[in-house]
Amino acid sequence: MKQELLVSVLTRAVAKGATAADGYLIEESAFSAVVRLGDLETVTHARDARLSLRVFAGRASAAASTSDLSRESLERVVDEATSLAKVTAEDPHAGLPDAQDLIRGVPDLDLADTSPDETPEAKIEVARRCEAAALESDPCITNSEGAEYYDRRARYVYATSHGFARGYATTTFGISVSPVAARNGEMQRDSWYSTARKRARVEDPVAVGRTAAARAVRRLGARKVKTGEVPVVFDPETAASLLRSIAGAASGPSLYRRASFLLDRLGTKVAAPAVTIVDDALIAAGLGSRPFDGEGLPTARTVLVREGVLASYLLDTYSARKLGMASTHHAARDGSGVSVSTSNLMLLPGRATPAELIGSVRHGLYVTELIGFGVNSVTGDYSRGAVGLWIENGELAYPVEEITVAGNLLEMLQAVDGVGADLVLRERTAAPTLMIGRMVVAGN
Amino acid sequence: MTELARTRPESFFADRFNVTRSLLERILGSNLLGLADDADIYLEYRVNEELQLEEGMVKKASRHVSQGAGVRALSGTRTGYAHTDEISLQNLEEAARQARAIADRASTSGVVAVPSRGRPHDLYTLTEPPFATDLAKKLDLLRKVDGAARAADPRVTQVIVSLTSEEVVTLIATASGWTVGDVRPLTRLNVSAIAEERGKREIGAHGGGGRVAFDFFLEDERWRRFAREAARQAVLKLRAVDAPAGTMTVVLGPGWPGILLHEAVGHGLEGDFNRKGTSAFAGRMGQKVASELVTVMDDGTLPNRRGSLNVDDEGTPTGRTVLIEKGILVGYMQDRLNARLMGMAATGNGRRESYAYPPMPRMTNTFMPAGEDDPEDIIKSVKRGLYAVSFGGGQVDITSGKFVFSASEAYLVEDGRVTSPVKGATLIGNGPEALTRVVRVGRDLKLDEGVGTCGKEGQSVPVGVGLPTIRIDDLTVGGTAV
Repeated sequence: MKQELLVSVLTRAVAKGATAADGYLIEESAFSAVVRLGDLETVTHARDARLSLRVFAGRASAAASTSDLSRESLERVVDEATSLAKVTAEDPHAGLPDAQDLIRGVPDLDLADTSPDETPEAKIEVARRCEAAALESDPCITNSEGAEYYDRRARYVYATSHGFARGYATTTFGISVSPVAARNGEMQRDSWYSTARKRARVEDPVAVGRTAAARAVRRLGARKVKTGEVPVVFDPETAASLLRSIAGAASGPSLYRRASFLLDRLGTKVAAPAVTIVDDALIAAGLGSRPFDGEGLPTARTVLVREGVLASYLLDTYSARKLGMASTHHAARDGSGVSVSTSNLMLLPGRATPAELIGSVRHGLYVTELIGFGVNSVTGDYSRGAVGLWIENGELAYPVEEITVAGNLLEMLQAVDGVGADLVLRERTAAPTLMIGRMVVAGN
Repeated sequence: MTELARTRPESFFADRFNVTRSLLERILGSNLLGLADDADIYLEYRVNEELQLEEGMVKKASRHVSQGAGVRALSGTRTGYAHTDEISLQNLEEAARQARAIADRASTSGVVAVPSRGRPHDLYTLTEPPFATDLAKKLDLLRKVDGAARAADPRVTQVIVSLTSEEVVTLIATASGWTVGDVRPLTRLNVSAIAEERGKREIGAHGGGGRVAFDFFLEDERWRRFAREAARQAVLKLRAVDAPAGTMTVVLGPGWPGILLHEAVGHGLEGDFNRKGTSAFAGRMGQKVASELVTVMDDGTLPNRRGSLNVDDEGTPTGRTVLIEKGILVGYMQDRLNARLMGMAATGNGRRESYAYPPMPRMTNTFMPAGEDDPEDIIKSVKRGLYAVSFGGGQVDITSGKFVFSASEAYLVEDGRVTSPVKGATLIGNGPEALTRVVRVGRDLKLDEGVGTCGKEGQSVPVGVGLPTIRIDDLTVGGTAV
């Protein structure tokens, strides 16, 4: 039904003088419940829809979006976008993808849970059990920022003025909890979570609560360490954040703007041979999976870095044309138009266990959390606040905080000294434990 | 749509959606919300325009409309919140039913919310709001900025200029019978420049804006200064040396480095974390948390500033809240919920990103008033350290108190002199301690240019900061030069 609405909007754009147009419609409903110290704190119900439109006047384009799907508002949005497109510059690379490249049959990636919905009470109970497990698992857990249960159902439709229209539905379920541990006047918070496309695949709330508590408790007694250059082992969560920085630098818009440390490095060695990075949009029930991209192009498995060699960039139609290449079908849509995003981005696992990686370090840092925005994607310069555990003679010795880890992403990739076997797709971007031979840790 | 700014919010929602004040009162007063300790309805209509120039061409132009209503019922410590993007009587009633369901699960606290007092301010009425300004004028400005950034230095190879203009109309009705609206303009001009030399590339950025008219960018050729600043910073960084690593004296320049206050103490003094006892500052009211040179305040009433509001997103008029006075912790920033539960007054800091979120305590414009020192003397007083004048983002762990902020323009200080520029580096400290080591405060208080956006629990809101030149002893600098 809403698909017809989108098609009628595109038809109007063409009638108003657009030479081509495409659009995206997202409809979603969401529920969330937060329980804190055993009592229900916040319940949120949401229902939203948003239509995004891109119109072309020859080689010039403009975009518009609205959450007001009334006929009057949609007509105004179309008219505004079509007139905006007349003031933007002619750009020889602008335009829709070729019609013959658009997806035909949409593969079923099993992204939606079809089991009946649970009652709000049952959902609240999941959050309650999760937090209770955290609160009960250690006497040092004295407080909590609460536990949250959430679910979200969404439907995406993409259409073009060529007459193409396809859609798919997704569901997401999740829990998270943030307990606070205290001892001798010191307080430490940590958190843990589980999220999945299927309700039944969300981890046991009790296990999630216990993991969160253990993570908070192990931070108690944290100290600063002396400034120095040491091996650094990133846990899977923090290693995944490095992948996001690499993907950002490999994305088309960063490249054609010459704002990337990966510029002109396609086909060259950018990392140690142990590093293979893959973006796979077709994993069944994957959190980042999508049958087609934001321009209706079929998605695939892309090898970004193969055994240390930069094998592909991440491109949408526009950035590909700018770079004289072909789209890798990584277009993402937002209200402002088209950008590039990853799907399920993974550093493929190696052979070592995390214990073996930590065991190989005499003095060094095991990082469990990173804070701040100190990543320069133009130069690769890297400097972030870190929390973790100090490694002494191959053992996790004591917690550390108020320190930074710094280096340069290109040098860090070359200095990868070990990749763990422990890859788990907990989120759409995931990595195993990762060891980097040398980085500067700043403290006292 | 261009008449928005001259529209009264009440008649705007009545005309467009048939949602009148009496209808809102009826929903609030009915047994839909009657059992709650407090309740409110928040209506929002937002229009937004984004223009972007790159490679000398305006390639991106977009317009966005978003509208919706959020209904909230509060009962004890519980919040029921429901929102919808379709503003109609039926949807409001359904949202009220969903929000109220939470009250049925609670025993009400019996505490009744104190009605908001005071008058809303009039901080940003504009004869021509930035959203309404002629597109041709805006496009012309983008091209001029591009030209100025490229002309500033031959090493500048790429320039990206963006201009966003927004207007938000809100109407807030509370159970205590207070209905108040606001029309909020907001604009921001941003310039990024990439400079290249012998295979090396660097990026510089500058920008600004506020709840101001488009002409703000033309005053004193402000646009030209933004363009030159971005170019200057990019070129400067081409010759930056590795930043030092370790604990040292840091001098922060005036203005945007005030992000220190936002991260080191601001978030930790928001009411919710203190009520819950999860802030590193919890239970420290009346105690010394900074050197006696340090006073910090949050002020939502500064005319035309990015962080200012006539009323907050719960309808409470904003104010000036002193957080730290001569080193002593004296105040928290509060929304209605946390103020009620802590037996304190709401301070006008209840904010939300949009109708899709319930409000929570947030900062507005957070700054440190000027001290007495000459800024140059402050630098001269440092034997070896870092002088940081511009920053990227920052972040804080409320519970442990550890905060970071990342310098994007900084220099070494050697024997009282500013010497080599250094590469970007993250600075890290402990909130309750860092300001106790402020040993000099300059007389040059500056507010930032109007670029700040603060994120908390997934909600972004525009904020401002301000700082005079200050010297802090023993802050850890996360460079690579050991």
